[in-house]
Parts: sequence; C-alpha cells; structure tokens
Amino acid sequence: MHLKYESTLREPLVDGVKDYHQVTEDIISPIEAKPGKLWYVGFFISLALLGFGAFSVFWQIYFGVGVWNLNKTIGWGWDITNFVWWVGIGHAGTLISAILLLFRQGWRTGVNRAAEAMTIFAVMCAGQFPIIHMGRVWMAFFILPYPNTRGPVWVNFNSPLLWDVFAISTYFTVSLLFWYSGLLPDFATIRDRAKTKLRKLLYGVASFGWTGSTKHWQRHESLSLVLAGLSTPLVLSVHTIVSFDFATSVIPGWHTTIFPPYFVAGAIFSGFAMVNTLLIITRKILNLEEYITVGHMEAMNKVIVLTGSVVGCAYLTELFMAWYGANPYEFDTFFKYRAAGPLGWSYWIMMTCNVISPQVFWFRKMRRSVAVTFFMSIIVNIGMWFERFVIICTSLYRDYLPSSWSYYRPSWPEVGFYMGTFGLFFTCYFLFAKYFPVIAVAEIKSILKTSGENFKEKMEVYEEQPDEKFAHDVAHAH
Amino acid sequence: MAVKNFVVGLFDDEAVLFPAVKKVRTAGYKLHDVYTPFPIHGLDHAMGLRESSLHTAGFIYGITGTTTALSFMSWVFNVDWPLNIGGKPHFPLPAFIPITFELTVLFAAVGMVMTFCYLCQLMPGVKKHIFHPRQTDDKFVMVIELTEKTNAEEVKNFLKASGAHDIEEQQAEAGWWFGRFDKDDEPYLRKVKPVNA
Repeated sequence: MHLKYESTLREPLVDGVKDYHQVTEDIISPIEAKPGKLWYVGFFISLALLGFGAFSVFWQIYFGVGVWNLNKTIGWGWDITNFVWWVGIGHAGTLISAILLLFRQGWRTGVNRAAEAMTIFAVMCAGQFPIIHMGRVWMAFFILPYPNTRGPVWVNFNSPLLWDVFAISTYFTVSLLFWYSGLLPDFATIRDRAKTKLRKLLYGVASFGWTGSTKHWQRHESLSLVLAGLSTPLVLSVHTIVSFDFATSVIPGWHTTIFPPYFVAGAIFSGFAMVNTLLIITRKILNLEEYITVGHMEAMNKVIVLTGSVVGCAYLTELFMAWYGANPYEFDTFFKYRAAGPLGWSYWIMMTCNVISPQVFWFRKMRRSVAVTFFMSIIVNIGMWFERFVIICTSLYRDYLPSSWSYYRPSWPEVGFYMGTFGLFFTCYFLFAKYFPVIAVAEIKSILKTSGENFKEKMEVYEEQPDEKFAHDVAHAH
Repeated sequence: MAVKNFVVGLFDDEAVLFPAVKKVRTAGYKLHDVYTPFPIHGLDHAMGLRESSLHTAGFIYGITGTTTALSFMSWVFNVDWPLNIGGKPHFPLPAFIPITFELTVLFAAVGMVMTFCYLCQLMPGVKKHIFHPRQTDDKFVMVIELTEKTNAEEVKNFLKASGAHDIEEQQAEAGWWFGRFDKDDEPYLRKVKPVNA
C-alpha cells in the first residue's frame, strides 16, 4: 500500500520498468563510461568556437572598441542583443527549477538539472557582453561600489545599468547555489558506487560528504523550497531590470511601460526553446528517452505557445500604442523604420519566428513530434535573437537628427565574439553532460512510485475504489 | 565526536520502513539515523525530528540584506558624497528598490546555503561514515545505536522482524572528519561483524 498515488489518466513521467537502482544505473552509468565519438566531435567544435571567440575578444581589446561596427548613432548592436538573448535563455532554467517546484509540477524533475545548468552557462555567456562592451575591460571593476581613493566616488545607484550589475550577479550566484545544492546528493550517489580511486576522491570532494541523513534531507527540502521562493521573484526581476535598461531611456521604441512583462515572457519563451534543443540532443545521445519523455517536451511546447502568444500580444500592443499615443517620433519608429525601412526585414523575421510559427503547437500531434519540436526550438531562438536586434537597432539607426541616420551590420570581431559564447556555452554543456548527472537522480526517485510507468499500472486498483476508502486505508496503514 | 557501536539494517521499500521506524521508537531503541537515497516526506515526523528552522534563518538573512542595501545607498547619496544627479532627490526610494530587492535575495540565499552546510557539516574535504554504499542508491538504511542498555542480538532480531535485511553490527565514528573518500582513513580501528540475516 503506497502513501499516495497519481491518477492513471496522467501520462507516466518515467517510462519502462524501473526500480530505484535502475534509475541510478540509467543516469549515472554514462558518467562512468568513456564518452562516444559524437561527444568528442561536439566538444572539439565547441572548443574551436571558444578559441575563435577568445581571439575576437583579444582583437577588440587590443585595437579598441572601434573594431566593432558600432558608431555614434548605433551605440548598442550585436553585443547588447546577445547579452539580452543569453540572459533570456537562462530564464527557463530558473522557471523550471523554481516556479514549477512551487507549483508542484512533477515533470520538472526530468528536465530541471539540465535546464539549471543551461541557466548558469547562459548567464556566464551573457555577462561577457556588457563587460567587453565597456571597451576598457581592465576598468570593469569600476562598476562595483567599493571604497576607492577617488573621493570615494560611488557608483550611481539610480542607474538601470547598475541595477543590471546587481541583478545579473545575484541571479548567477543564486542559480549556482540552487543548482549545486541539488547536485550534492547525486554526487554522493556517484561517489558511493565509484569503482576507481580518482572518481571516489573527486566526487567525494564534490559531494561535500553528503550521507543522506533524514535530518539533512529535511533541511535540504526546506532550503530548496525557500531558494525556489526566492528565485521566483528573482527571475522576474532580472529580466524586468534588463528591460529597464531600455524602458527608462527616452528613445522612441524603448520608452514603454509594457517592457518588463513583455521581456519576461520573451525570456521564458526563448529559454524553453533552448531547453528543448539541448534535451532532444541529450536524451538521444545519453539514451535517456525514458526519463525525458515526449510528455516532457509537450509540456514545454505548451509553455512555448503560451509565452509566444503573450509576446505576440505585446508586439501588437506596441504597434497600437505607437499609433494611439500620437507621438510622431514613436509612430515613425514603428511604422516607417521598424516594420518597414532598411532594417524592416528583421522585424518580419521576428514576427514569423515568434508569433506565427509557434502556433503549430496548438495541435497535439505537433507538440508531441520530436522533429517538429527540435525544428521549432531553433526557429524560436532565431526569432528571439531578432526580437532583441529589432528593439535595439531599429530604435537607434533612425534618431532625431536625420544627418546622423545610419545603418548597422556587424564586423567580424562582433560575430566572432557571439560565436565564442556559443563555444563557451557548449563546452560547458558537454563537460556537464559527461561529468554531471544530467537528470536529478534523487528527485526522479522521489516521483518514481507515483509517476513511473510500472508503478502506475498497479494503481488501477486504487483508481476504481472510492476516495474515502483510499484515505481510510492510508490513515490506518501503520 | 566519538566511536560508537551500531546495528545497521537495510530496507528496500519505504512502505516497510515507515512502520519499522514507528516500532523502533515505541520499543525504545536509540535510533541514530535513517539514511535514504532521496527525501521521504513524513519520515522526519515519523522519526520525531523537529521542524527545520532554516527558513527563519533565511528570513533574518533577507532582512539583513534589505537593511544593508537601503542604509548603504542612503548613506552614500546623503552623507558620504551627496552628488547632484540631474537635480534628482538624494533619497530616491523607487530607484533604490531594484538593488534592495537583489541584495535581499542574495543575502538570504547565500546565508541559507552557508547555514545549511554548517548545520549538516557539509564542506569539500569533509568525510563521514557511510554505513552502506547503497544508502545513496536504492536502500533505506536504518542505524540503531547500541548503548549499555541494549542487547545487540535483540536489536538484530527486532530489525529482522521489521522487514530489514543485511543486518550487521558496525563500529563507526558518529561525527565527521577531514578525509578522502578514496582512502579508508576513518579515525578508529574498524571492526565489522557480519551476521547471517
């Protein structure tokens, strides 16, 4: 007699016949085996990209920020576009690990570990852009409020750019702590079944000496719950503050109150797409199809179609306000230079990828198709990249003074820098997939008896009996 | 800490473990701990552990962050260097909200994790006795401490009757020490007497 059960109408979250030991075997054994050929190929491509990125950054630091195609009119280009894009991608990880924990969504257990890792790597990539964008990177520490010998002159706490510094660094720290505290028990699992001395030593250090004591689990649960409670407003605040970078300025196209919710929805939208991209590959390569099921992808596709439609509403609201607001500059920005004009093509790429194409996910068959999900996850990320590009560049390239109107295309160090962050992201992700349990082993075990396929089948007996009988039996079971 | 004698029993199923925990308590044996591979809801109550106060600590760290942020920014703008930024007020409370919020979250999260590690004695390099290697995999390991008043054989029979298997007596360090998991560096001479369960 089990203490609780889940309706058999709900799809199992873990397919196949599993017991606790089998779960450990399935998730931990790829860590103990030598990586396959595909892993090496992917890893070295990522390393090469990272190297090229490092070279591009070196080039920019050595020759100065002038090697980028930014100019007086367009002060923010690919760099800030990429910054906002990467930060946005990170948001899905926190949403899955924190918000879905608070909502008691069992399906998060299959994807949360990889999604949180994605958050951390994405924020690492994002952080590079504003720092390198400063030009004199060796002065980057000036953004910190430290007691200095120049007065001390403090930073301007009224500036949204400084809020960003606090938001991004807090976000990174809290995500890392949340992720690592969840990893402790799983590292202990690897440690206790390790055959080699080196693995015992390294995972022993990484596990902090975790034993699985009931009291420790109780505190761990309490910690996870409070960290989830803290991360939930945090993740909303981070992209809100990123949107303040734009919304508190007086540039037509930026100066709108709709930005915070619109940015947050967009961030979750692109983040879930990236989770899908990564997990479709991961489940295939590591044979984890029974843990990251089509049901998981369907759940994420539902979030994608929801947030995609929220973003679509925001686009239309912006257009409406540009007309209804009767501000000639804002009207021109939207109708002459954003939806039309020399950069108009980027607006329509954005519209197609973000608003029109995700509507296929209204159909169950499409939501449950791995090929469609993978294709759409790439399309959505392209679309969301263009959203940031559109917001930044189409608002800047036509300013108040027609003589300074300009056009913008990136130079090779800008493109190289962006490719370099892909290198960093995937290098980290490949290392993670090899050395870390990509699925939260302990959390899967905790839902196995309610949501595992072979356990659900046994629950049909309870399904047929009245609720009162089940409640009565549980109450008097022991 | 100290080296103590324990009787260790393994359970396969949490549904068997729960009644066993209850019986241990009524029988009056000293339950050292139950090690589980994942959190089992209600086990802490069954064992009679009190609720964790970690969230209270988190709240205190949080308000420390709030106060730090607000007082520091106000001090900088009003006392240390009252800079005129576009004629804006020196105490712009709305503009202080984002940083105040971020610092609240940062202090609460960092403080709680550090407190958690301190309370559970978790740190890189810390080692504790692992009663059974499968306790982090699929077995629920119940550890009963032997005092002068308890009879080892009686406890073993008791565990067997409660549904445990692989019951054995172990002498182990009850606390933590700095050590490496690839070495058997437990600070005592280990005597394990396996019992035919």
